[in-house]
Amino acid sequence: MKINKGLSTYASMLALTGGLLAASGVQAQSEDTECIAPAKPGGGYDLTCRLAANGLDKTGMIDTPMAVTYMPGGIGAVAYNHVNGVRDDDPNLIVAASTGAAVNLALGKFGQYDADDVRWLGALGVDYGAIVVNADAPWQSLDELMKDLKANPGDIAFGAGGTVGSQDWMKAALTAKSADLSPRKLKYVSFEGGGEALAALLGDHIQVFTGDLSELKSQLESGKIRVLASLSEERMGGPYADIPTAAEQGYDVQWPIWRGYYMGPNVSDEAYQTWVQRMKELSESQKFAELRKDRGLFPMSRFGPEFNDYVLDQVDQFESLAKEVGLKQ
Amino acid sequence: MFDFLIHGFDVALSPLNLGLALLGALLGTLFGALPGIGPINGIAILMPLAYTLGLPAESALILLAAIYTGAEYGGRMSSILLNVPGDAGAVMTTLDGHPLAKKGLAGPALGLSAVSSFVGATIAIIGLTLFAPLLAEVAVMFGPAEFFALMVFAFASMSVMMGKDPVKTAIGAVLGILIGTVGVDSSTGVLRYTFGLPELYDGIDFVVMIIGLFAISEILLMLEHANRKDGNDGLPPLGRVFVSLKEVLACKWTMGRSGLIGFIIGILPGTGASVGGAVAYTTEKRLSDKDNSFGTGNMRGLAAPEAANNASAVGSFVPMLTLGIPGSGTTAVLLGALMLYNITPGPMMFSERPEVAGGLIASLYIGNIVLLALNLPLAGVFARVLTIPRWVLVPGIAILAFVGVFQLHSNLAAIYLMLIIGVFGYLLRKLGFSLAPVILGYVLGGLMEQNLRRALSISGGDLGILWQSGISLGLWIAALALLLLPWLLPKLWQAKTSKA
Repeated sequence: MKINKGLSTYASMLALTGGLLAASGVQAQSEDTECIAPAKPGGGYDLTCRLAANGLDKTGMIDTPMAVTYMPGGIGAVAYNHVNGVRDDDPNLIVAASTGAAVNLALGKFGQYDADDVRWLGALGVDYGAIVVNADAPWQSLDELMKDLKANPGDIAFGAGGTVGSQDWMKAALTAKSADLSPRKLKYVSFEGGGEALAALLGDHIQVFTGDLSELKSQLESGKIRVLASLSEERMGGPYADIPTAAEQGYDVQWPIWRGYYMGPNVSDEAYQTWVQRMKELSESQKFAELRKDRGLFPMSRFGPEFNDYVLDQVDQFESLAKEVGLKQ
Repeated sequence: MFDFLIHGFDVALSPLNLGLALLGALLGTLFGALPGIGPINGIAILMPLAYTLGLPAESALILLAAIYTGAEYGGRMSSILLNVPGDAGAVMTTLDGHPLAKKGLAGPALGLSAVSSFVGATIAIIGLTLFAPLLAEVAVMFGPAEFFALMVFAFASMSVMMGKDPVKTAIGAVLGILIGTVGVDSSTGVLRYTFGLPELYDGIDFVVMIIGLFAISEILLMLEHANRKDGNDGLPPLGRVFVSLKEVLACKWTMGRSGLIGFIIGILPGTGASVGGAVAYTTEKRLSDKDNSFGTGNMRGLAAPEAANNASAVGSFVPMLTLGIPGSGTTAVLLGALMLYNITPGPMMFSERPEVAGGLIASLYIGNIVLLALNLPLAGVFARVLTIPRWVLVPGIAILAFVGVFQLHSNLAAIYLMLIIGVFGYLLRKLGFSLAPVILGYVLGGLMEQNLRRALSISGGDLGILWQSGISLGLWIAALALLLLPWLLPKLWQAKTSKA
C-alpha cells in the first residue's frame, strides 16, 4: 500500500494545482466582466487591470469580481489582434493599454491594425516621466544638463528600461529635441526594465535615467538620486513637490504615461457608453482615489470619445517623431 | 543594530504569520515542483489574493517570500525524478540528480538536495542579515561591462562540461544562443527571427523552452520505444529512502562553497538562480570531480547547484530590500506587492518599517527550517512517484504544463511552439547532444549579448570599456585561467618532472 500512498500524495498535489488553474480558467469564460492584461502576470498591465478590477469591486459597481486574464506576446500586439479578430464585439471585455501601446501603434508594430481599429475607453490614472541623475552628478538643474549635453553629447549616456523607439526612449529623445539636439546624436542605453537602469545610474555606468515618477519614491527618500525635472504639465504634490517641471526650466517636454483601456471595434454604442459611465464614476469616487494613490498614479480624467481623440492624436505625434529620427519611413 | 531582526522574529512568530509561512512553503514547493508555473507566476497569481484578503503588509510579504523560497526547493523534484527541470534554477540539478534516481537513489538524492538547499539558503540569509547594505553598494558597481565579463566567465567555466564530445557541447550552446535571439531586439527594437508572427515578438518563453526541450522530447523517446518489449519501462529499482549523515558530511564543503557562489551571483541585479547554479556546478566539477563521475550521479554534482540556486534566490533580496531594485523576475513581482501596500523599499525601510524588513528576514530563517523539516521526511514519499510508470508520469506533467502555459498566454501559439521545440529536442537527443548546454546558451547568451551592446553604446563603440574596471579585468583573467590552466598545468608538471 506504500505505492498507493505515494500516488495519492502526488495525485492530490496535481489536483490542487490543476484546480487552482481550472478555477481561474472557468472564471474567465463566464458572462462576467473581464480585463485582459496583454502581458505576463506581475507587470504594469497586470496592475492596470487590477486597478480597474479592485476599484470596481471596492466601490461595489459590479456584483461579481472582474476576471483578469493574461495574453502576453508582441508587447501587446497579440491581444490587439485577438480583440480585433476574435472578440471584436464582446460587451464585457476591456483590455489594458498605456502610452507604450500608443508608441507601438505609431511604429506599426501591431501588424495590420491601426490605432483607430479599437474603441478607446478611458484612463484611470497617469504617471509622468522624470529626468534623473545620480546625487553626486555635477548638474543641479535641467538647464545645466542640457547645456552640457549640447556641448558634449558623446559624454553623457542616457538609459532607461525600454528599447530605442519605446516610450522610455521617447522621453530621452523628446528632451534632447527640446534643446534643439537631434535625438540621433543621443547616446541611449536600453535596459531590461527600469530597475536595472536605475541600478546602472546608482553605479555611475549611465549618467541620466529617464524613468517614471512613481518608481522613484524610495530613491528620493534615500537621497541617492536627484530628479532634475518632471515631465508633467505642473508640479506634482506629495513627495514630488520640490521637483520642478521641465517647462518651468524652459524646456517644453511633457510625458504623461497613462494607464487606460480599450474595447473591441464592434462593441455596441450602448455597451461602450455603459463602460464610459462606469469609468467616470469610478475615477471620481473617494475609495478609488486611495487605490490610485497607493499605486503611485495621479488622476487623469479623459473618457469616451474625448479619450479616443486624445490617443489618436498622440499616435499621430509619435509617428511624426519616429519618421523624423528615422525609426519609420 | 539588530533591533529590526529581534522585532522581526516577534512578528514572524505570531500564529498567523507562522501559519502563512507554512502555507507558503507548501504552495511554493508545489509551484516549483510543477513545471509550467514556477515562482514568478505563482507569486503573481497569489499576490492579488493576499491583498484582497486584507492581510497586513508584513504577513503578505512573509507568505510571498515563503512561496519564493519554497519554489526553489520544489524545483529540484521533477529535475531529479523526471529529468524535467521544475524552474530555471533547477536546470543543473538534472545533470546528477536524475542519474542518481536512475540508480535507485531517488530518496537520498531528494534528501541531500533538501539539506543542500537549506545550507545554501542559510548561508545567504546570514549574509543578507549581516551585510545587506554593504553588498548593495558592491552590486551597483556591476555595470554592463562587468556583467559581460561575468558572462564570459560563466561560458568559460562551462568548458569543463565539454566532456566526451566537446564539439557537440559547443554546438548545443550555440543553438541555445540562437534560440535566445528570437524576438524584439532589446536595444534597437528591431524584430529578429519573428517571421511576422506577433507571438514571437517577446521571444521564446523559458517554460515553453524547458517543457518542449525536456518533457516533450522525453515523450517522443518513450513513444519510439513503446513497442519494444524489453520487459522494463525504465523503472529504476527503489533503493534506500534516506540520505545518510556520511553522504551529507561528504558534501559539506561543496554546499558551503556553492552557497557562497550562489549568494554572490544572486545579489547582482539581472542574473538569477540559473546562472548561480551553473557557475557553482562547474566550479565544483573542477574542484572535486576526481574520478570524472559528474554527470553520472555524483552527490556533489547534485549538492552544488541545489545550494547555489537557493542562495541566489535569497541573494536577490539584497538589492530589492536595500535599493528597491529587483534582483530577479520574482523579486520584481514582490516589489510590486510592496508598492501595493505603499511601502517603498530602500535603506529607510529598516528604520521606518522594521516590522516589514525584519519580519521578512526572520520569516526567511523560519521558512527555511520549515522547508527542511517538510522535505527531509517526505523525500521517501516523493521518491515513490517513480513507481508510477513513466508513460503516465511524463505525459501527465506535460499536460499540466500545457494547462499552465495556456493559462498564462490565453493563446495556442505557445503550445504549438512547445511541440516544435519538443521535436527539436528529440532530434538533438537522438543525435547524442546533451540538453544542458542548449539551455545554458539560451539563458546566458541573451544576457551576454545585451550587456555587450549596452557597454558598447555607453563607450560609443570603444572595446576598451570591457576590461577597464578592476572587476571586469579580474573576471577576464579568471576566465582565461579557466580555459588555459587545464591545458597548461599538465605540461608544466611534465616539464618539472622530466627535469628532476
